[in-house]
Amino acid sequence: MAAGKRLGIKEKYNWMTKDLTWDFSYRKPSEIYPLLEFEGIKIEDWSKWEDPFRLTMDAYWKYQGEKERKLYAVIDAFAQNNGHLGITDARYVNAVKLFMTGVSPLEYAAHRGFAMAGRAFAGVGAQVSCQMQSIDELRHAQTQIHTISHYNKYFNGLHDPFHMHDRVWYLSVPKSYFDDAVSAGPFEFVTAISFSFEYVLTNLLFMPFMSGAAYNGDMATVTFGFSAQSDESRHMTLGLEVVKFMLEQHPDNVPIVQRWIDKWFWRGYRLLSLVAAMMDYMLPKRVMSWKEGWEMYFEHNGAALFKDLSRYGIRMPKHWEVTVAEKEHLSHEVWATLYNFTHAADFHTWIPEKEELDWLSEKYPNTFDRYYRPRFEYWREQQKAGRRFYNPTLPQLCQTCQIPMLFVETSDPTLIAYRTSQYQGNKYHFCSDGCKDVFDHEPEKYVQAWLPPHQIYQGNCGGATIPDVLGYYHFNVGRDNGEYLDSEDHTNWLRWKGQVKAAA
Amino acid sequence: MSSDTVFLALQNTEDARPIVESIVADNPLATVTQYPAMVKIDAPGRLVVRRQSVESRLGRSWDLQEIHLSMISISGNIEETDDYFALERA
Repeated sequence: MAAGKRLGIKEKYNWMTKDLTWDFSYRKPSEIYPLLEFEGIKIEDWSKWEDPFRLTMDAYWKYQGEKERKLYAVIDAFAQNNGHLGITDARYVNAVKLFMTGVSPLEYAAHRGFAMAGRAFAGVGAQVSCQMQSIDELRHAQTQIHTISHYNKYFNGLHDPFHMHDRVWYLSVPKSYFDDAVSAGPFEFVTAISFSFEYVLTNLLFMPFMSGAAYNGDMATVTFGFSAQSDESRHMTLGLEVVKFMLEQHPDNVPIVQRWIDKWFWRGYRLLSLVAAMMDYMLPKRVMSWKEGWEMYFEHNGAALFKDLSRYGIRMPKHWEVTVAEKEHLSHEVWATLYNFTHAADFHTWIPEKEELDWLSEKYPNTFDRYYRPRFEYWREQQKAGRRFYNPTLPQLCQTCQIPMLFVETSDPTLIAYRTSQYQGNKYHFCSDGCKDVFDHEPEKYVQAWLPPHQIYQGNCGGATIPDVLGYYHFNVGRDNGEYLDSEDHTNWLRWKGQVKAAA
Repeated sequence: MSSDTVFLALQNTEDARPIVESIVADNPLATVTQYPAMVKIDAPGRLVVRRQSVESRLGRSWDLQEIHLSMISISGNIEETDDYFALERA
Protein backbone atom coordinates (compact mmCIF):
# COMPACT_ATOMS: atom_id res chain seq x y z
CA MET A 1 0.00 0.00 0.00
CA ALA A 2 1.48 3.39 -1.02
CA ALA A 3 1.62 5.99 1.78
CA GLY A 4 -1.15 8.60 1.64
CA LYS A 5 -3.22 6.70 -0.89
CA ARG A 6 -6.87 6.29 0.05
CA LEU A 7 -7.89 2.65 0.35
CA GLY A 8 -10.40 1.32 -2.16
CA ILE A 9 -13.48 -0.44 -0.87
CA LYS A 10 -12.12 -3.95 -1.51
CA GLU A 11 -8.72 -3.19 -0.04
CA LYS A 12 -10.30 -1.62 3.00
CA TYR A 13 -12.51 -4.67 3.52
CA ASN A 14 -9.47 -6.93 3.26
CA TRP A 15 -7.43 -4.93 5.78
CA MET A 16 -10.17 -4.00 8.21
CA THR A 17 -12.35 -7.11 8.21
CA LYS A 18 -10.72 -10.17 6.65
CA ASP A 19 -7.34 -9.42 8.19
CA LEU A 20 -8.80 -9.31 11.73
CA THR A 21 -8.76 -13.07 12.07
CA TRP A 22 -5.96 -15.35 13.28
CA ASP A 23 -5.14 -19.05 13.37
CA PHE A 24 -5.35 -21.05 16.58
CA SER A 25 -2.24 -22.88 17.74
CA TYR A 26 -3.06 -24.76 20.96
CA ARG A 27 -6.81 -25.47 20.75
CA LYS A 28 -8.74 -27.47 18.21
CA PRO A 29 -11.26 -25.50 16.11
CA SER A 30 -14.07 -27.73 17.42
CA GLU A 31 -13.25 -26.59 20.98
CA ILE A 32 -13.43 -22.94 19.97
CA TYR A 33 -16.52 -23.28 17.75
CA PRO A 34 -18.53 -26.07 19.40
CA LEU A 35 -21.87 -25.23 17.72
CA LEU A 36 -20.73 -25.45 14.11
CA GLU A 37 -21.51 -29.03 13.20
CA PHE A 38 -24.56 -30.34 15.01
CA GLU A 39 -27.06 -28.85 12.55
CA GLY A 40 -25.49 -30.84 9.71
CA ILE A 41 -24.27 -27.83 7.74
CA LYS A 42 -20.91 -28.44 6.04
CA ILE A 43 -18.56 -25.49 5.47
CA GLU A 44 -15.39 -26.19 3.47
CA ASP A 45 -13.88 -22.71 3.28
CA TRP A 46 -14.93 -19.76 5.43
CA SER A 47 -12.70 -17.40 3.43
CA LYS A 48 -15.20 -17.62 0.57
CA TRP A 49 -17.58 -15.51 2.68
CA GLU A 50 -17.94 -12.08 1.13
CA ASP A 51 -20.03 -9.24 2.55
CA PRO A 52 -21.47 -7.51 -0.53
CA PHE A 53 -21.63 -4.13 1.24
CA ARG A 54 -18.05 -4.51 2.52
CA LEU A 55 -18.88 -2.23 5.41
CA THR A 56 -15.94 -1.98 7.80
CA MET A 57 -16.21 -1.14 11.50
CA ASP A 58 -14.90 2.43 11.14
CA ALA A 59 -17.49 3.25 8.46
CA TYR A 60 -20.13 1.44 10.48
CA TRP A 61 -19.66 3.66 13.54
CA LYS A 62 -19.51 6.79 11.38
CA TYR A 63 -22.79 6.12 9.59
CA GLN A 64 -24.61 4.75 12.61
CA GLY A 65 -23.62 7.86 14.59
CA GLU A 66 -25.03 10.03 11.80
CA LYS A 67 -28.29 8.04 11.78
CA GLU A 68 -28.64 8.48 15.54
CA ARG A 69 -28.12 12.25 15.35
CA LYS A 70 -30.81 12.57 12.70
CA LEU A 71 -33.22 10.35 14.62
CA TYR A 72 -32.83 12.10 17.96
CA ALA A 73 -33.27 15.53 16.33
CA VAL A 74 -36.67 14.33 15.09
CA ILE A 75 -37.61 12.76 18.42
CA ASP A 76 -36.79 16.01 20.25
CA ALA A 77 -38.72 18.11 17.75
CA PHE A 78 -41.68 15.75 17.98
CA ALA A 79 -41.81 16.03 21.78
CA GLN A 80 -41.23 19.79 21.82
CA ASN A 81 -44.04 20.38 19.35
CA ASN A 82 -46.59 18.11 21.06
CA GLY A 83 -46.36 15.81 18.07
CA HIS A 84 -48.91 13.40 19.54
CA LEU A 85 -51.61 16.01 18.83
CA GLY A 86 -50.73 15.98 15.14
CA ILE A 87 -51.59 12.34 14.49
CA THR A 88 -54.74 11.62 12.49
CA ASP A 89 -56.65 9.95 15.32
CA ALA A 90 -55.96 8.45 18.75
CA ARG A 91 -57.01 5.03 17.43
CA TYR A 92 -53.70 5.03 15.57
CA VAL A 93 -51.73 4.89 18.86
CA ASN A 94 -53.03 1.35 19.41
CA ALA A 95 -50.84 0.21 16.52
CA VAL A 96 -47.89 1.80 18.34
CA LYS A 97 -48.87 -0.08 21.53
CA LEU A 98 -48.92 -3.38 19.66
CA PHE A 99 -45.55 -2.53 18.10
CA MET A 100 -43.98 -1.59 21.45
CA THR A 101 -45.16 -4.72 23.29
CA GLY A 102 -44.88 -7.15 20.37
CA VAL A 103 -41.95 -6.03 18.21
CA SER A 104 -39.52 -3.93 20.29
CA PRO A 105 -38.73 -6.80 22.70
CA LEU A 106 -37.91 -8.89 19.62
CA GLU A 107 -35.29 -6.31 18.65
CA TYR A 108 -33.65 -6.89 22.01
CA ALA A 109 -33.92 -10.67 21.55
CA ALA A 110 -32.29 -10.26 18.12
CA HIS A 111 -29.44 -8.32 19.73
CA ARG A 112 -28.75 -11.35 21.93
CA GLY A 113 -29.29 -13.82 19.10
CA PHE A 114 -26.78 -12.20 16.75
CA ALA A 115 -24.20 -11.90 19.52
CA MET A 116 -24.59 -15.67 19.92
CA ALA A 117 -24.42 -16.34 16.16
CA GLY A 118 -21.36 -14.09 15.72
CA ARG A 119 -19.54 -16.02 18.43
CA ALA A 120 -20.52 -19.36 16.93
CA PHE A 121 -19.40 -18.82 13.31
CA ALA A 122 -15.81 -19.62 12.41
CA GLY A 123 -15.33 -17.02 9.64
CA VAL A 124 -14.36 -13.41 10.33
CA GLY A 125 -16.66 -11.95 7.65
CA ALA A 126 -19.68 -13.65 9.21
CA GLN A 127 -18.51 -12.73 12.72
CA VAL A 128 -18.23 -9.03 11.88
CA SER A 129 -21.59 -8.95 10.05
CA CYS A 130 -23.28 -10.59 13.04
CA GLN A 131 -21.55 -8.23 15.46
CA MET A 132 -22.81 -5.21 13.52
CA GLN A 133 -26.30 -6.63 13.43
CA SER A 134 -26.23 -7.37 17.15
CA ILE A 135 -25.36 -3.72 17.84
CA ASP A 136 -28.01 -2.56 15.34
CA GLU A 137 -30.72 -4.55 17.09
CA LEU A 138 -29.80 -3.10 20.47
CA ARG A 139 -30.01 0.37 18.89
CA HIS A 140 -33.46 -0.47 17.50
CA ALA A 141 -34.78 -1.56 20.89
CA GLN A 142 -33.37 1.59 22.52
CA THR A 143 -34.59 4.06 19.91
CA GLN A 144 -38.05 2.51 19.88
CA ILE A 145 -38.31 2.80 23.66
CA HIS A 146 -37.11 6.42 23.54
CA THR A 147 -39.45 7.37 20.70
CA ILE A 148 -42.53 5.71 22.12
CA SER A 149 -41.91 7.00 25.66
CA HIS A 150 -43.38 10.30 24.47
CA TYR A 151 -46.71 8.55 23.82
CA ASN A 152 -46.53 6.93 27.25
CA LYS A 153 -47.06 10.39 28.79
CA TYR A 154 -50.42 10.81 27.07
CA PHE A 155 -51.90 7.40 26.25
CA ASN A 156 -52.62 4.26 28.26
CA GLY A 157 -51.07 0.82 27.77
CA LEU A 158 -47.43 1.77 27.17
CA HIS A 159 -46.12 1.54 30.72
CA ASP A 160 -44.58 -1.95 30.94
CA PRO A 161 -43.98 -3.53 27.52
CA PHE A 162 -41.18 -5.96 28.43
CA HIS A 163 -43.06 -7.39 31.41
CA MET A 164 -46.10 -7.89 29.19
CA HIS A 165 -44.11 -9.42 26.34
CA ASP A 166 -43.07 -12.32 28.56
CA ARG A 167 -46.60 -13.04 29.83
CA VAL A 168 -49.55 -11.73 27.80
CA TRP A 169 -51.49 -14.26 25.73
CA TYR A 170 -51.30 -12.69 22.26
CA LEU A 171 -47.68 -11.59 22.83
CA SER A 172 -46.69 -15.23 23.13
CA VAL A 173 -47.05 -15.23 19.33
CA PRO A 174 -44.02 -13.00 18.66
CA LYS A 175 -42.16 -14.19 21.78
CA SER A 176 -42.42 -17.89 20.95
CA TYR A 177 -41.42 -17.18 17.35
CA PHE A 178 -38.16 -15.63 18.44
CA ASP A 179 -37.52 -18.12 21.24
CA ASP A 180 -37.91 -20.85 18.66
CA ALA A 181 -35.26 -19.22 16.44
CA VAL A 182 -32.78 -18.39 19.19
CA SER A 183 -32.95 -21.92 20.64
CA ALA A 184 -31.98 -23.40 17.25
CA GLY A 185 -28.37 -23.60 16.05
CA PRO A 186 -26.51 -20.58 14.63
CA PHE A 187 -27.11 -21.44 10.96
CA GLU A 188 -30.81 -22.01 11.45
CA PHE A 189 -31.08 -18.84 13.54
CA VAL A 190 -29.55 -16.70 10.80
CA THR A 191 -31.65 -18.41 8.10
CA ALA A 192 -34.76 -17.81 10.22
CA ILE A 193 -34.18 -14.19 11.15
CA SER A 194 -31.91 -12.68 8.49
CA PHE A 195 -33.24 -14.52 5.49
CA SER A 196 -36.80 -15.72 6.01
CA PHE A 197 -37.92 -12.89 8.26
CA GLU A 198 -35.82 -9.89 7.25
CA TYR A 199 -35.21 -10.57 3.58
CA VAL A 200 -38.46 -12.21 2.58
CA LEU A 201 -40.98 -10.72 5.02
CA THR A 202 -40.03 -7.53 6.92
CA ASN A 203 -40.59 -5.24 3.97
CA LEU A 204 -44.23 -5.73 4.90
CA LEU A 205 -43.65 -4.63 8.46
CA PHE A 206 -41.49 -1.60 7.81
CA MET A 207 -42.47 -0.27 4.41
CA PRO A 208 -46.28 0.00 4.31
CA PHE A 209 -46.56 0.29 8.08
CA MET A 210 -43.92 3.00 8.52
CA SER A 211 -45.07 4.80 5.42
CA GLY A 212 -48.50 4.52 7.08
CA ALA A 213 -47.10 6.11 10.25
CA ALA A 214 -45.94 9.06 8.14
CA TYR A 215 -49.34 9.28 6.49
CA ASN A 216 -50.95 9.38 9.93
CA GLY A 217 -48.76 12.21 11.20
CA ASP A 218 -46.49 10.08 13.38
CA MET A 219 -43.11 11.46 12.39
CA ALA A 220 -41.47 9.96 15.48
CA THR A 221 -42.38 6.39 14.57
CA VAL A 222 -41.67 6.77 10.88
CA THR A 223 -38.22 8.10 11.70
CA PHE A 224 -37.23 5.26 14.02
CA GLY A 225 -38.86 2.85 11.60
CA PHE A 226 -36.90 4.00 8.58
CA SER A 227 -33.74 4.47 10.64
CA ALA A 228 -34.09 0.83 11.71
CA GLN A 229 -34.95 -0.23 8.18
CA SER A 230 -31.78 1.40 6.82
CA ASP A 231 -29.90 -1.18 8.93
CA GLU A 232 -32.33 -3.78 7.68
CA SER A 233 -30.96 -3.51 4.13
CA ARG A 234 -27.65 -4.71 5.53
CA HIS A 235 -29.40 -7.47 7.52
CA MET A 236 -31.26 -8.65 4.44
CA THR A 237 -27.96 -8.79 2.61
CA LEU A 238 -26.50 -10.89 5.43
CA GLY A 239 -29.52 -13.20 5.18
CA LEU A 240 -29.13 -13.70 1.45
CA GLU A 241 -25.36 -14.05 1.79
CA VAL A 242 -25.54 -16.73 4.50
CA VAL A 243 -28.07 -18.74 2.50
CA LYS A 244 -26.02 -18.53 -0.72
CA PHE A 245 -22.85 -19.33 1.23
CA MET A 246 -24.33 -22.52 2.73
CA LEU A 247 -25.72 -23.57 -0.66
CA GLU A 248 -22.37 -23.00 -2.40
CA GLN A 249 -20.27 -24.71 0.27
CA HIS A 250 -21.72 -28.22 0.05
CA PRO A 251 -24.59 -29.96 -1.80
CA ASP A 252 -25.61 -31.74 1.43
CA ASN A 253 -26.63 -28.33 2.79
CA VAL A 254 -29.35 -27.79 0.18
CA PRO A 255 -32.14 -29.97 1.69
CA ILE A 256 -31.40 -28.65 5.20
CA VAL A 257 -31.60 -25.04 4.05
CA GLN A 258 -34.78 -25.73 2.06
CA ARG A 259 -36.46 -27.19 5.14
CA TRP A 260 -35.45 -24.14 7.21
CA ILE A 261 -36.80 -21.83 4.52
CA ASP A 262 -40.09 -23.75 4.47
CA LYS A 263 -40.37 -23.66 8.24
CA TRP A 264 -39.37 -20.04 8.82
CA PHE A 265 -41.31 -18.63 5.93
CA TRP A 266 -44.44 -20.17 7.38
CA ARG A 267 -43.62 -19.16 10.98
CA GLY A 268 -42.89 -15.59 9.82
CA TYR A 269 -46.01 -15.39 7.69
CA ARG A 270 -48.20 -16.41 10.64
CA LEU A 271 -46.47 -13.80 12.81
CA LEU A 272 -47.22 -11.15 10.19
CA SER A 273 -50.95 -11.78 10.49
CA LEU A 274 -50.81 -9.22 13.33
CA VAL A 275 -49.29 -6.78 10.84
CA ALA A 276 -52.12 -7.50 8.41
CA ALA A 277 -54.62 -6.35 11.05
CA MET A 278 -52.51 -3.28 11.83
CA MET A 279 -52.38 -2.27 8.16
CA ASP A 280 -56.06 -2.74 7.36
CA TYR A 281 -57.68 -1.76 10.67
CA MET A 282 -55.38 0.29 12.90
CA LEU A 283 -54.18 3.00 10.49
CA PRO A 284 -56.88 5.69 10.17
CA LYS A 285 -55.31 6.71 6.85
CA ARG A 286 -54.14 3.72 4.84
CA VAL A 287 -51.31 3.48 2.32
CA MET A 288 -52.17 0.07 0.89
CA SER A 289 -54.14 -2.98 1.93
CA TRP A 290 -52.54 -6.14 3.31
CA LYS A 291 -53.53 -7.86 0.07
CA GLU A 292 -51.77 -5.24 -2.05
CA GLY A 293 -48.71 -5.36 0.21
CA TRP A 294 -48.54 -9.15 -0.01
CA GLU A 295 -48.82 -9.02 -3.79
CA MET A 296 -46.11 -6.38 -4.09
CA TYR A 297 -43.59 -7.68 -1.57
CA PHE A 298 -44.13 -11.41 -1.58
CA GLU A 299 -45.86 -12.60 -4.72
CA HIS A 300 -43.94 -10.32 -7.02
CA ASN A 301 -40.70 -9.68 -5.23
CA GLY A 302 -40.44 -13.03 -3.43
CA ALA A 303 -40.99 -14.85 -6.72
CA ALA A 304 -38.02 -12.99 -8.24
CA LEU A 305 -35.86 -13.92 -5.25
CA PHE A 306 -36.72 -17.61 -5.40
CA LYS A 307 -36.20 -17.62 -9.15
CA ASP A 308 -32.64 -16.43 -8.40
CA LEU A 309 -32.14 -19.20 -5.86
CA SER A 310 -33.50 -21.93 -8.15
CA ARG A 311 -30.02 -22.39 -9.66
CA TYR A 312 -28.94 -23.79 -6.27
CA GLY A 313 -31.90 -26.20 -6.24
CA ILE A 314 -34.02 -24.07 -3.90
CA ARG A 315 -37.76 -23.77 -4.64
CA MET A 316 -40.50 -21.48 -3.35
CA PRO A 317 -41.28 -22.09 0.35
CA LYS A 318 -43.79 -24.87 0.99
CA HIS A 319 -47.40 -23.70 1.43
CA TRP A 320 -46.77 -20.32 -0.22
CA GLU A 321 -49.95 -20.90 -2.26
CA VAL A 322 -51.92 -20.91 1.00
CA THR A 323 -50.67 -17.40 1.81
CA VAL A 324 -52.01 -16.20 -1.52
CA ALA A 325 -55.36 -17.92 -0.98
CA GLU A 326 -55.59 -16.40 2.52
CA LYS A 327 -54.74 -12.82 1.57
CA GLU A 328 -58.37 -11.74 1.26
CA HIS A 329 -59.28 -13.20 4.67
CA LEU A 330 -56.32 -12.75 6.96
CA SER A 331 -56.64 -9.21 8.34
CA HIS A 332 -60.43 -9.50 8.87
CA GLU A 333 -60.17 -12.77 10.79
CA VAL A 334 -57.42 -11.42 13.01
CA TRP A 335 -59.20 -8.13 13.69
CA ALA A 336 -62.44 -9.96 14.55
CA THR A 337 -60.52 -12.09 17.06
CA LEU A 338 -58.77 -9.09 18.62
CA TYR A 339 -62.19 -7.39 18.85
CA ASN A 340 -63.59 -10.43 20.68
CA PHE A 341 -60.81 -10.55 23.26
CA THR A 342 -59.93 -6.88 23.68
CA HIS A 343 -61.12 -6.89 27.30
CA ALA A 344 -57.99 -8.99 27.90
CA ALA A 345 -55.66 -6.92 25.68
CA ASP A 346 -53.34 -3.99 26.31
CA PHE A 347 -54.84 -1.92 23.49
CA HIS A 348 -58.27 -0.91 22.26
CA THR A 349 -60.26 -2.21 19.31
CA TRP A 350 -63.27 -0.83 17.48
CA ILE A 351 -65.54 -1.40 14.51
CA PRO A 352 -64.32 0.67 11.54
CA GLU A 353 -66.39 3.72 10.58
CA LYS A 354 -68.66 3.47 7.54
CA GLU A 355 -66.13 4.99 5.08
CA GLU A 356 -63.50 2.60 6.42
CA LEU A 357 -65.81 -0.37 5.89
CA ASP A 358 -66.40 0.94 2.36
CA TRP A 359 -62.62 1.02 1.79
CA LEU A 360 -62.34 -2.59 2.95
CA SER A 361 -65.24 -3.59 0.67
CA GLU A 362 -63.44 -1.96 -2.24
CA LYS A 363 -60.05 -3.53 -1.45
CA TYR A 364 -61.50 -7.00 -0.76
CA PRO A 365 -64.31 -7.33 -3.29
CA ASN A 366 -64.43 -11.14 -3.16
CA THR A 367 -64.68 -11.59 0.58
CA PHE A 368 -65.43 -8.55 2.71
CA ASP A 369 -69.11 -7.95 2.00
CA ARG A 370 -69.84 -11.63 1.90
CA TYR A 371 -68.10 -12.89 5.06
CA TYR A 372 -66.94 -10.05 7.28
CA ARG A 373 -68.85 -6.78 6.87
CA PRO A 374 -72.20 -8.18 8.12
CA ARG A 375 -70.48 -9.49 11.25
CA PHE A 376 -68.83 -6.14 11.97
CA GLU A 377 -72.10 -4.25 11.36
CA TYR A 378 -73.92 -6.59 13.71
CA TRP A 379 -71.33 -6.02 16.43
CA ARG A 380 -71.65 -2.26 15.90
CA GLU A 381 -75.44 -2.49 16.41
CA GLN A 382 -74.93 -4.56 19.55
CA GLN A 383 -72.46 -2.03 20.89
CA LYS A 384 -74.82 0.87 20.18
CA ALA A 385 -77.51 -1.01 22.08
CA GLY A 386 -75.18 -1.25 25.08
CA ARG A 387 -74.15 -4.86 24.46
CA ARG A 388 -70.57 -4.54 23.25
CA PHE A 389 -69.50 -8.11 22.54
CA TYR A 390 -66.60 -9.64 24.46
CA ASN A 391 -65.81 -13.33 24.28
CA PRO A 392 -65.71 -14.64 27.87
CA THR A 393 -63.84 -17.91 27.21
CA LEU A 394 -60.16 -18.51 26.53
CA PRO A 395 -59.25 -19.39 22.94
CA GLN A 396 -57.71 -22.66 21.80
CA LEU A 397 -54.25 -21.94 20.40
CA CYS A 398 -52.22 -23.51 17.64
CA GLN A 399 -49.41 -25.51 19.25
CA THR A 400 -46.83 -24.05 16.82
CA CYS A 401 -47.64 -20.39 16.09
CA GLN A 402 -49.68 -19.89 19.31
CA ILE A 403 -52.32 -17.87 17.43
CA PRO A 404 -55.93 -18.67 18.39
CA MET A 405 -57.60 -21.07 15.96
CA LEU A 406 -59.07 -18.35 13.79
CA PHE A 407 -57.90 -19.13 10.26
CA VAL A 408 -60.47 -20.52 7.85
CA GLU A 409 -60.29 -23.24 5.23
CA THR A 410 -59.49 -21.42 2.00
CA SER A 411 -61.79 -23.88 0.19
CA ASP A 412 -64.68 -22.95 2.51
CA PRO A 413 -64.28 -19.69 4.43
CA THR A 414 -67.18 -20.53 6.72
CA LEU A 415 -65.13 -23.35 8.32
CA ILE A 416 -62.31 -22.84 10.80
CA ALA A 417 -59.24 -24.90 9.84
CA TYR A 418 -58.25 -27.57 12.38
CA ARG A 419 -55.32 -29.97 12.12
CA THR A 420 -54.06 -32.44 14.72
CA SER A 421 -51.08 -34.69 15.42
CA GLN A 422 -50.54 -37.46 17.96
CA TYR A 423 -47.28 -37.55 19.86
CA GLN A 424 -46.47 -39.89 22.77
CA GLY A 425 -50.14 -40.45 23.53
CA ASN A 426 -51.17 -36.79 23.46
CA LYS A 427 -53.12 -34.89 20.84
CA TYR A 428 -51.83 -31.53 19.56
CA HIS A 429 -53.81 -28.93 17.61
CA PHE A 430 -52.78 -26.71 14.69
CA CYS A 431 -54.23 -23.86 12.65
CA SER A 432 -52.83 -25.04 9.33
CA ASP A 433 -50.88 -27.66 7.42
CA GLY A 434 -47.87 -25.32 7.64
CA CYS A 435 -47.87 -25.29 11.45
CA LYS A 436 -48.57 -29.03 11.61
CA ASP A 437 -45.56 -29.70 9.35
CA VAL A 438 -43.29 -27.66 11.62
CA PHE A 439 -44.47 -29.61 14.68
CA ASP A 440 -44.27 -33.02 13.02
CA HIS A 441 -40.61 -32.52 12.13
CA GLU A 442 -39.54 -31.48 15.68
CA PRO A 443 -42.30 -32.59 18.07
CA GLU A 444 -39.93 -32.82 21.04
CA LYS A 445 -39.35 -29.05 20.71
CA TYR A 446 -42.94 -27.89 20.27
CA VAL A 447 -44.56 -30.07 22.95
CA GLN A 448 -42.74 -27.74 25.37
CA ALA A 449 -44.62 -24.66 24.12
CA TRP A 450 -45.80 -22.31 26.90
CA LEU A 451 -49.41 -21.83 25.77
CA PRO A 452 -51.06 -19.01 27.75
CA PRO A 453 -54.58 -20.50 28.06
CA HIS A 454 -53.10 -23.78 29.38
CA GLN A 455 -50.93 -21.86 31.82
CA ILE A 456 -53.89 -19.77 32.99
CA TYR A 457 -56.01 -22.88 33.59
CA GLN A 458 -53.11 -24.48 35.46
CA GLY A 459 -53.03 -21.48 37.80
CA ASN A 460 -49.62 -20.18 36.70
CA CYS A 461 -50.77 -16.68 35.67
CA GLY A 462 -51.86 -14.84 38.79
CA GLY A 463 -55.12 -16.62 39.59
CA ALA A 464 -58.33 -18.19 38.39
CA THR A 465 -60.28 -15.13 37.21
CA ILE A 466 -59.71 -12.74 34.32
CA PRO A 467 -59.02 -9.77 36.66
CA ASP A 468 -56.35 -11.86 38.46
CA VAL A 469 -54.67 -12.64 35.14
CA LEU A 470 -54.83 -9.04 33.93
CA GLY A 471 -53.22 -7.97 37.21
CA TYR A 472 -50.43 -10.49 36.60
CA TYR A 473 -50.00 -8.86 33.17
CA HIS A 474 -49.67 -5.39 34.86
CA PHE A 475 -52.68 -4.05 32.97
CA ASN A 476 -54.58 -1.10 34.40
CA VAL A 477 -57.99 -2.68 33.95
CA GLY A 478 -60.57 -0.27 32.59
CA ARG A 479 -57.92 2.05 31.16
CA ASP A 480 -55.63 -0.08 28.98
CA ASN A 481 -58.17 -2.60 27.69
CA GLY A 482 -61.61 -2.74 26.05
CA GLU A 483 -63.58 -0.84 23.43
CA TYR A 484 -61.94 2.29 22.05
CA LEU A 485 -65.12 4.37 22.15
CA ASP A 486 -65.44 3.70 25.90
CA SER A 487 -61.78 4.42 26.63
CA GLU A 488 -59.99 7.17 28.51
CA ASP A 489 -57.74 7.58 25.43
CA HIS A 490 -60.83 8.45 23.37
CA THR A 491 -62.21 10.87 25.98
CA ASN A 492 -58.82 12.59 26.32
CA TRP A 493 -58.36 12.83 22.57
CA LEU A 494 -61.74 14.55 22.11
CA ARG A 495 -60.94 16.95 24.94
CA TRP A 496 -57.52 17.85 23.48
CA LYS A 497 -59.03 18.40 20.05
CA GLY A 498 -61.88 20.50 21.48
CA GLN A 499 -64.55 18.01 20.46
CA VAL A 500 -67.43 16.59 22.44
CA LYS A 501 -68.00 12.88 22.89
CA ALA A 502 -70.99 11.72 20.87
CA ALA A 503 -73.86 10.18 22.82
CA ALA A 504 -73.54 6.39 22.83
CA MET B 1 -43.49 -5.67 -14.11
CA SER B 2 -41.61 -8.84 -14.93
CA SER B 3 -40.39 -11.32 -12.33
CA ASP B 4 -36.76 -10.20 -12.61
CA THR B 5 -37.46 -6.79 -11.07
CA VAL B 6 -35.02 -5.33 -8.57
CA PHE B 7 -35.83 -2.40 -6.32
CA LEU B 8 -34.30 0.21 -4.07
CA ALA B 9 -36.40 2.14 -1.54
CA LEU B 10 -35.04 5.41 -0.14
CA GLN B 11 -36.28 7.88 2.44
CA ASN B 12 -37.93 10.94 1.02
CA THR B 13 -35.24 13.35 2.23
CA GLU B 14 -32.87 16.04 0.96
CA ASP B 15 -29.98 13.55 1.24
CA ALA B 16 -31.75 11.07 -0.99
CA ARG B 17 -32.99 13.48 -3.66
CA PRO B 18 -29.74 13.66 -5.69
CA ILE B 19 -29.46 9.86 -5.47
CA VAL B 20 -32.96 9.44 -6.89
CA GLU B 21 -32.22 11.97 -9.64
CA SER B 22 -29.03 10.14 -10.57
CA ILE B 23 -30.81 6.81 -10.72
CA VAL B 24 -33.49 8.24 -12.98
CA ALA B 25 -30.83 9.70 -15.29
CA ASP B 26 -28.70 6.53 -15.37
CA ASN B 27 -31.49 3.91 -15.55
CA PRO B 28 -33.93 4.75 -18.34
CA LEU B 29 -36.12 1.73 -17.53
CA ALA B 30 -36.50 2.56 -13.83
CA THR B 31 -39.95 3.41 -12.44
CA VAL B 32 -40.19 5.79 -9.49
CA THR B 33 -43.17 5.56 -7.11
CA GLN B 34 -43.72 8.07 -4.30
CA TYR B 35 -45.19 6.89 -0.98
CA PRO B 36 -45.58 8.85 2.25
CA ALA B 37 -41.99 9.49 3.45
CA MET B 38 -40.58 6.96 0.98
CA VAL B 39 -39.64 6.65 -2.66
CA LYS B 40 -39.44 3.21 -4.27
CA ILE B 41 -37.53 2.67 -7.51
CA ASP B 42 -38.15 -0.52 -9.50
CA ALA B 43 -36.17 -1.62 -12.53
CA PRO B 44 -36.13 -4.71 -14.73
CA GLY B 45 -33.03 -6.87 -14.16
CA ARG B 46 -30.57 -4.24 -12.97
CA LEU B 47 -30.45 -0.89 -11.24
CA VAL B 48 -27.28 1.14 -10.78
CA VAL B 49 -26.28 4.11 -8.60
CA ARG B 50 -23.20 5.88 -10.00
CA ARG B 51 -20.96 7.84 -7.66
CA GLN B 52 -20.04 10.43 -10.28
CA SER B 53 -23.69 11.09 -11.15
CA VAL B 54 -24.51 11.75 -7.51
CA GLU B 55 -21.39 13.91 -7.05
CA SER B 56 -22.24 16.05 -10.05
CA ARG B 57 -25.63 16.81 -8.51
CA LEU B 58 -24.32 17.30 -4.97
CA GLY B 59 -21.31 19.41 -5.94
CA ARG B 60 -19.04 17.54 -3.54
CA SER B 61 -17.33 14.20 -3.31
CA TRP B 62 -19.68 11.44 -2.20
CA ASP B 63 -18.80 8.07 -0.75
CA LEU B 64 -21.10 5.34 -2.08
CA GLN B 65 -21.52 3.99 1.43
CA GLU B 66 -23.32 7.24 2.36
CA ILE B 67 -26.28 5.57 0.66
CA HIS B 68 -26.73 3.65 3.94
CA LEU B 69 -28.06 6.86 5.51
CA SER B 70 -31.00 7.00 3.11
CA MET B 71 -31.69 3.39 2.25
CA ILE B 72 -34.89 1.71 3.47
CA SER B 73 -34.86 -1.55 1.59
CA ILE B 74 -33.51 -3.41 -1.42
CA SER B 75 -34.24 -6.43 -3.54
CA GLY B 76 -31.65 -8.11 -5.73
CA ASN B 77 -28.02 -9.20 -5.53
CA ILE B 78 -25.59 -6.42 -4.65
CA GLU B 79 -22.51 -5.51 -6.63
CA GLU B 80 -20.54 -2.67 -5.10
CA THR B 81 -17.29 -1.04 -6.23
CA ASP B 82 -15.75 2.36 -5.52
CA ASP B 83 -17.64 3.84 -8.47
CA TYR B 84 -21.05 2.25 -8.51
CA PHE B 85 -23.57 0.30 -6.48
CA ALA B 86 -25.76 -2.12 -8.47
CA LEU B 87 -28.68 -4.40 -7.72
CA GLU B 88 -29.21 -7.22 -10.15
CA ARG B 89 -30.86 -10.56 -10.71
CA ALA B 90 -28.61 -13.55 -11.22
